[in-house]
Amino acid sequence: MCGIVGLFAKTPEVEANLGALLAPMLHAMSDRGPDSAGVAFYRNPVADGQTKLTLQHDDPRFDWDALRQGMQDAIGADRAVERRANHAVVVAHADAARAESWVEEFFPDVKIMSAGAAIEIYKETGRPEAFIETFDIQGLSGTHALGHTRMATESKVTTAGSHPFSTGLDLCLVHNGSLSNHNGLRRMLRREGVRFQTENDTEVAAGYMMWRQREGDALQQVVDHCIEDLDGFYTFLIGTRDGFAVVRDPIACKPAVLAETEDWVAMSSEYRSIATLPGAESATTWEPAPATLYMWEKERV
Amino acid sequence: MAASDTAEVVDLATTPVRELNQRLHDAAAGGPRAWRIVNPNGAHAIAVGIDAELDVVVEGHTGYYAAGMNKLASVTIEGNAGVGVAENIMSGRVHVKGNASQACAATGRGGLVVVDGNASSRCGISMKGVEIVVKGDIGHMSGFMAQSGALVVCGDAGDALGDSIYETHIYVRGSVQGLGADCIEKDLGDFHRAELQRLLDAAGADARVDEFRRYGSARQLYTFNIDNAGAY
Repeated sequence: MCGIVGLFAKTPEVEANLGALLAPMLHAMSDRGPDSAGVAFYRNPVADGQTKLTLQHDDPRFDWDALRQGMQDAIGADRAVERRANHAVVVAHADAARAESWVEEFFPDVKIMSAGAAIEIYKETGRPEAFIETFDIQGLSGTHALGHTRMATESKVTTAGSHPFSTGLDLCLVHNGSLSNHNGLRRMLRREGVRFQTENDTEVAAGYMMWRQREGDALQQVVDHCIEDLDGFYTFLIGTRDGFAVVRDPIACKPAVLAETEDWVAMSSEYRSIATLPGAESATTWEPAPATLYMWEKERV
Repeated sequence: MAASDTAEVVDLATTPVRELNQRLHDAAAGGPRAWRIVNPNGAHAIAVGIDAELDVVVEGHTGYYAAGMNKLASVTIEGNAGVGVAENIMSGRVHVKGNASQACAATGRGGLVVVDGNASSRCGISMKGVEIVVKGDIGHMSGFMAQSGALVVCGDAGDALGDSIYETHIYVRGSVQGLGADCIEKDLGDFHRAELQRLLDAAGADARVDEFRRYGSARQLYTFNIDNAGAY
């Protein structure tokens, strides 16, 4: 099972209310994935030369201010740290490689959920409705967002095994399905220098996408290589800096519905999520064809 | 239908699907014949397992398995239908006015299923006697292991049509992206022309028999070889 949702804003009103619109979509997919939930929001992009990091620590009382102060002293950082449950967003005044390696060196217990200019990833085990509440998802604005409710089949129910998975700067992946050749691929990717935190199959797909992009593939080529090399079932929703993309495997057993109005583009595993959106009844609604890339991107101002 | 003024209205915004289905099942013993279901919002298993000559109209989109196992009733979905609409239909009629998701009328044994829009992958998979008319296109792997009945497609068919088909008659007006294993084009004889005309009329499809091609089994697979009968 697992449920996927995505919402891409076409108007400033939808951007302002993105979290309030995404939360009911995610909630509607609770019974497809009661184990864990997660979202990626693209919002408040930082300036060139800065990197926004979403960090997580298992201890809810973790001293994020100390981390931020340490970062500011060492490599430069914004004065504010935005906390959301046991996650926090900090803005480093350094490139991503430098910011991430600083965190890894001085705070090895802190997990880096995402890095980029606009992306923020929040994810946790437990019921999706509890996740929505704890992380105040309704309160988030953004240009576009992805969400996932998980019913674990391939690996343990952990925060790190929840979706979305970061696949590089400002990139992430959510997945409904299961991959059968992930162990072999993980071995191959480890030889290529890709690092993994879990035994999760989707993390392998994320690592695979990261590797293909490192090798110079554009998104269409990444997807073409996925269709060739990934064995299993998948509907992927891929978040990028400026939008999102949807692709299903050639057999297309895993469900996917797309809907579009003048105000938004929505993707979900089921229409039930889309039905929660204003204007859903009159939206153009269709099912994405197998092995075909669908993409929406906003022009950067 | 004119009956809509007097139809029994069930609002799924306030009534659980289980309660709706129980009331529809109870109607086999008597009660309202005409039903109108509002606010379906993609809920699963709407109007499943009816066994009475009811006339049910669903005003909106349905989730998985709508009108599954239908017997005798006429169910109209005024929207899109999710996975497995009319799966295992026994008799009666299911009419989807929008598009149908994958596995439309899967394993259906009888009755008529009409889709005004497109049906996606695996339409009529393992069908066993149901008659299906899709006015738009159908997706890949449709008619997989189709055993009997008829599948009429007024638009185009996706890849691997009729893979491992038995005795279902498939009629396609548009293009076929590819035929599945053991599925071949066959002559459109008088019997088939009459059957196709009957189905087009029943579905109210605006198409001429001459525009269609027929596909069916070449009967060359392992299962068709009498020497292998002992293996079953």
